[in-house]
Amino acid sequence: MSGDLVFYGFALLTVVSACFVAFSRNVVHAGFSLLFTLFGVAALYAQLGADFLAVAQVIVYIGGILVLVIFAVMMTRIPRGAPRRGLDRMVPAGAFALALFALLYRVITATPWPTAAAAAPEPTTMRLGTALLTDYIFPFEFVSLLLLAAMVGAAILVRERRRSGENGPEAPAADPAGTEEQA
Amino acid sequence: MSENAILLSALSILVLPLLSYAVLFFLGKKLPRRGDWVGVGLLGISWIQALRIFVHFWRVADPGYRLQAGVTWLDLGQFHADAGILVDGMTAVMLVVVTTVSFLVHLYSTGYMHGDRRYERFFAFLGFFTFSMVGIVLSNSLLFLYVFWELVGLSSYLLIGFFFDKPSAAAANKKAFLTNRVGDFGFFMGILILFTHFGTFNYLELFAGMQAHTLTGTLLTLAGVGLFMGCVGKSAQVPLHIWLPDAMEGPTPVSALIHAATMVAAGVYMVARLLPLFDPAALQVVAYVGAITAFLAATIAVVKTDIKKSLAYSTISQLGYMVMAIGVGASAAGMFHLTTHAFFKALLFLGSGSVIHAVHTQEMPLMGGLRHKMPITFWTFLVATLAISGVPLFSGFYSKDAILGGALAHGMAAHDYLPYVLGLLAAGFTAFYMFRMVFLTFTGEPRDPERYAHAHESPANMTIPLVILAVLAFVSAGWKGPADSWFARFVGPYDLPAIAREYAPAAAPTAVAEHAGEESHGMAAAAAHATAEHGEAAHGGEAVAHGEAAGHGGADHEAIHHRAHKLAMVMSILVAGLGILLAWLTYVRKAISSEAVLQRLRGVHEVLQNMYYFDQVYAATVYRFVHWFSRLSGAFDRYVVDGIVNGFGYLTRVASWVSGSLFDRYVVDGLVNGVGAVIQGVGEGARRLQTGRVQTYLVYVSFSILLLVFVFRAL
Amino acid sequence: MSVGLAHYLTVGAILFALGVFAVMTRRNAVALLMGVELILNAANVNLVAFSRFVENGIDGQVMAAFVIVLAAAEAAVGLAIVLAMFRNFGTVHVDSVQRLKR
Repeated sequence: MSGDLVFYGFALLTVVSACFVAFSRNVVHAGFSLLFTLFGVAALYAQLGADFLAVAQVIVYIGGILVLVIFAVMMTRIPRGAPRRGLDRMVPAGAFALALFALLYRVITATPWPTAAAAAPEPTTMRLGTALLTDYIFPFEFVSLLLLAAMVGAAILVRERRRSGENGPEAPAADPAGTEEQA
Repeated sequence: MSENAILLSALSILVLPLLSYAVLFFLGKKLPRRGDWVGVGLLGISWIQALRIFVHFWRVADPGYRLQAGVTWLDLGQFHADAGILVDGMTAVMLVVVTTVSFLVHLYSTGYMHGDRRYERFFAFLGFFTFSMVGIVLSNSLLFLYVFWELVGLSSYLLIGFFFDKPSAAAANKKAFLTNRVGDFGFFMGILILFTHFGTFNYLELFAGMQAHTLTGTLLTLAGVGLFMGCVGKSAQVPLHIWLPDAMEGPTPVSALIHAATMVAAGVYMVARLLPLFDPAALQVVAYVGAITAFLAATIAVVKTDIKKSLAYSTISQLGYMVMAIGVGASAAGMFHLTTHAFFKALLFLGSGSVIHAVHTQEMPLMGGLRHKMPITFWTFLVATLAISGVPLFSGFYSKDAILGGALAHGMAAHDYLPYVLGLLAAGFTAFYMFRMVFLTFTGEPRDPERYAHAHESPANMTIPLVILAVLAFVSAGWKGPADSWFARFVGPYDLPAIAREYAPAAAPTAVAEHAGEESHGMAAAAAHATAEHGEAAHGGEAVAHGEAAGHGGADHEAIHHRAHKLAMVMSILVAGLGILLAWLTYVRKAISSEAVLQRLRGVHEVLQNMYYFDQVYAATVYRFVHWFSRLSGAFDRYVVDGIVNGFGYLTRVASWVSGSLFDRYVVDGLVNGVGAVIQGVGEGARRLQTGRVQTYLVYVSFSILLLVFVFRAL
Repeated sequence: MSVGLAHYLTVGAILFALGVFAVMTRRNAVALLMGVELILNAANVNLVAFSRFVENGIDGQVMAAFVIVLAAAEAAVGLAIVLAMFRNFGTVHVDSVQRLKR
């Protein structure tokens, strides 16, 4: 019972924050709302027993990605003010989003999910690590390559062309401590 | 000579002058001396060919001997026309006459036309004329006779109008051509009547048809008169003689060749050749026309002061003689006179040309005493004058005597003396005016000292032809009477029964009499049809035409002829002598004053000087009518025909306006523009899809996915 | 009813819809990327939920982990692009960057 309450509470937090992210006119507000959304998601992970993932979410997503996003928001501020809303797109987009949700909801409720009994939560770290290095070794290595490519790409993209020999002021922030921690 | 060789020679005489024309017309300017040696040379070769043929026929000495060869020219089933040549004694003589005079005229022209701007053209046209004339002589069918007849008319036109910048020359050649056309109209009618009835143009086939007597009465007479109309036009008989004096506008060598010796003789030749096609009534017309012409023209010649005009009227008169001869039944005499006349008349013209060349005038009152300055011209001119006047020993005497004898015989037999009387009077006048010409030009005191001072004899290339012609004028008749003359070897009557036998449909073409072992071969050309035909020897020099003038027949015939000829000879000499005497008295001795005669006979002189007012009468009647009719036709053309044409043009314009300004602009353009506008509108609309914004595209994609999900019932 | 799979999935669906809406609508490029993050997180929630309720294994979480890594890489590159865009156009307003139009 209390578990349900916790769930509803965090679910509410997540959804409301997501609404702010989607609807807020101020980008900074949207950015900070995203913080709360991500935090809510982390809590949901925890409730689902994915302890490692919850922490990883906080560290990587919030600590890395969100910070990056905030940096970007700050750096690309136009002093003049927020531009007007795109009304021509809102209606069809809104319609579509609603339709999409309806569709998904119907799927969710209509499908007889083969639910297994929920086992007692146990620490997942070891299991994750083992799986990563055995069953998912290939994607694991591949992803590191991908990260390298992303790093290089991002560095090149923001490089200043005129001034030679100097890299872009922005160091590639994709430094997810979370992904580097496996040894 | 073999038969093939004769035919080839004849063809070469036809073709070489044409070649001369072609070479000179197209290349003449670039050749050395502008190619006159081409003309003279080719004509010289033709002349030699003609002499060869003449010699052959001399040896054969059979007037009935003839060669024919032809090719099928047009075969349209029902209509069949052959192109072929016929060579007999008459042809041989004519060929010699034509080529001799043509050759000598070519030679003469190298001197006379020297320095002319269009020198080579002159020789080209002379060659073309010779070709056409030889075509007339050689033709064996009425069709090609007509063709070459017209070609000769064309050549005459070109040559009379050689100095075309002179308006009088331009008017003269037009007059010549048109007058000829009038005659040729009748000619063509005659040809058509004959063709419609007999179905052929070939002479011998026509003669065979005549023998069958299927065509008689008025139609036959009309056919004959029609054919004769061609002669009236071409040989300048009254009433179509008006063009010949005007034709003197051409250069004198042209006058000599065409209007004295050859072309004008073509009419006479044609009638003589086609004699079996004329019935007695037609021949009566022929005789009278000839006699009247001979007389009228002689009277006019007496008063003319222009030397060439006088000679022109003399020619008309002599042609009248020839025509009359054929009409009275002495067609061989007519042809004989044609031969002698060709030589002495050509000589007279060339001599006058020599005089004109020396004193630069044609008016005899401005001449005089030229025999001292131009001896060769004088003596040769005198020879010709003696010949034409009918002085014994000279050729003209024998031929003219043959004609008058025949006319008298006809008169005795038919009790119709008018032709003879007119002929006799004309002979007197002829002697008179010819000697008048000689005395005025060559004797006495020069009436224009200036001109006399500058006068000189002509160069050799002009005097040599004169001498040659003088010799011919002297010897060409031989010195025997008409019955025994050399001419009898060449020209005799047609043997109509023999011809009819050969061309009768029932008889096979192999019914041909042989002559001394010669075979008949075909020509090299395809579908050739060569026959050698011989008839019996002719009777004397007289032609006994089919349906001869009444009264000739049997032993009577011989007696009449002998009497007539004897009497005629005496009379001829008498009147000739009288004429010469009168001329001598008037112009040398001045015993008779020409001015006094003029005063006394002023009215007569007026009439003669105006040439019997023929031109004026024609102008008042025929020309006026033609002009009126032309104006009428012109008005019709302008208003009716042009009206219709313009009307159509107007309708077309209206139609095109409707189709263009109306339909095209509003309907068609409307459609086209409409389509364009629609497309543009759709494009404008569709363009709005391309916002360039990725988010819009996202929306589209999402909706599409949703749609697909529902369509494929993924749910 | 007690909280079960459906509830988590519903949350995921809501997040997903909101994320899609944000991607389609937002004018600011950075905000657009935030929408992308929402979508990714929604997917992750689904994955983890399925991992917990359906299979009781670890696979779902492994995939979620990978997704997080990829999200990070994508965010880095995406924001690098946004910065480059800002540098070249002087704005991050997506409507201004329409050189593809016409």
